[in-house]
Amino acid sequence: MGTITQPQTGAKAAATLSNDEILRYSRHLIMPEVGMEGQLKLKNAKVLLIGTGGLGAPLGLYLAAAGVGKLGLVDFDVVDFTNLQRQVTFGTSDVGKFKSEAARERLSNLNPAIEIQAFETKLTSENALELFKDFDVIVDGTDNFPTRYLVNDACILLGKPNVYGSIFRFEGQATVFGMPDGPCYRCLYPEPPPPGLVPSCAEGGVLGVLPGIVGSIQAMETIKLLLGIGDSLAGRLLLFDALGMKFRELKLRKNPNCPMCGEHRTITKLIDYYEFCGVRGEEAPGPDVQVPEITPRELKSRLDRGDDLFILDVREPHEYQICNLKGHLIPLGELTRRVHELDSSREIVAHCRSGKRSAEAVDFLRKAGFRKILNLKGGILAWSDEVDPTVPKY
Amino acid sequence: MAVKVMIPTPLRAYAGKRDSAEFKAATVGEALSHLTTEFADLRKHLFTEDGKLRSFVNVYVNDEDIRYLAKENTPTKDGDTISIVPSIAGGCC
Repeated sequence: MGTITQPQTGAKAAATLSNDEILRYSRHLIMPEVGMEGQLKLKNAKVLLIGTGGLGAPLGLYLAAAGVGKLGLVDFDVVDFTNLQRQVTFGTSDVGKFKSEAARERLSNLNPAIEIQAFETKLTSENALELFKDFDVIVDGTDNFPTRYLVNDACILLGKPNVYGSIFRFEGQATVFGMPDGPCYRCLYPEPPPPGLVPSCAEGGVLGVLPGIVGSIQAMETIKLLLGIGDSLAGRLLLFDALGMKFRELKLRKNPNCPMCGEHRTITKLIDYYEFCGVRGEEAPGPDVQVPEITPRELKSRLDRGDDLFILDVREPHEYQICNLKGHLIPLGELTRRVHELDSSREIVAHCRSGKRSAEAVDFLRKAGFRKILNLKGGILAWSDEVDPTVPKY
Repeated sequence: MAVKVMIPTPLRAYAGKRDSAEFKAATVGEALSHLTTEFADLRKHLFTEDGKLRSFVNVYVNDEDIRYLAKENTPTKDGDTISIVPSIAGGCC
């Protein structure tokens, strides 16, 4: 399960390397596992990167360095200051630029001999098949469940390998889906978690170097596939625990009843993945919890007026150290156990960083019988925006 | 039958920040039951309200997915490792 066939497209396959290329890739060429033949396979290969962020950074850099002849970069996002902690393709001067374009510039500088096409577009069910069809390998460097299922399904429908990597805080997963007779993403996870249950990097945080490691693993697997060497991760789920510095491997079986790649496929076209993942309209900001709210300005007015409000902070201790509203700190994960610290006769305003965790806290407390409880809409971020800009945002 | 249950990062906040826990258990189901008894906050993340394992959480005994063994009735023996592997999606943002 380690090789792929490169499709014949209209363009003629390159048959030689220039002297410059021979010099540039000399460290590849002197290895019998690569040689001229292998380097030409790379030169004639076309790889599409979905996402040019944390995972996409090492992916783009190493695939460009290796001489993959055509790289497609799909990302609709703009470089943000907070990206620079981990998205190492970008520099400070790229803040505000489209990521796909900034990445294209950087990778072109690294290797002007390859073709790089930037797609400043959101990947959707309407454009995925068209986008994918001219590439040999698709690499999933995205950050949300709907897109991961979309990438998977499009790859299965088109018969393209999908080099998968995902991360969370200190852990990563990697494998290769979509190989002939191999499993697909739905074999591993038939359904996604409901929105809001697993925090994004923005909410949960991530060690910047983690996507660097997992993305590099994805680059390695892509190159192995293109060269047809080594043992691919197809059929294995690689788990990486950065804190313990442990790699573990689990068997990843093809599900014979998989609706996408099984013997009796029931999914024959791309679907609405946001609906599938339970997300309505624009990316849902968090759990679908309706709770009574108070805006930062309203809270400020009431505090200035001398109202007796109990401020409950449901963030983590290390966040409290960054900035706080002098609230009583009970991290959300400890609330069930520490609810006795709260006086239900007092009016409580719960807050977190952006308003999502505190919405869960308010929902829980209301179900526990608290009647005078409000969620601070937008959290301490909104407080900084609307009331007190000296409070740092993070 | 002492088995070690590995707790993945997304769930450690609900397990007293532990990355693993050991229990005596004859089956996977028993081990998970001990786990969610000791860490009650974990229960809703691993199981639905009617007690079924959530579909985006996979459980392995050593390196085998229990869906291909006997699911929660998969027997465990001394020294086995049970891994809980939830679906994660981070990568880009």
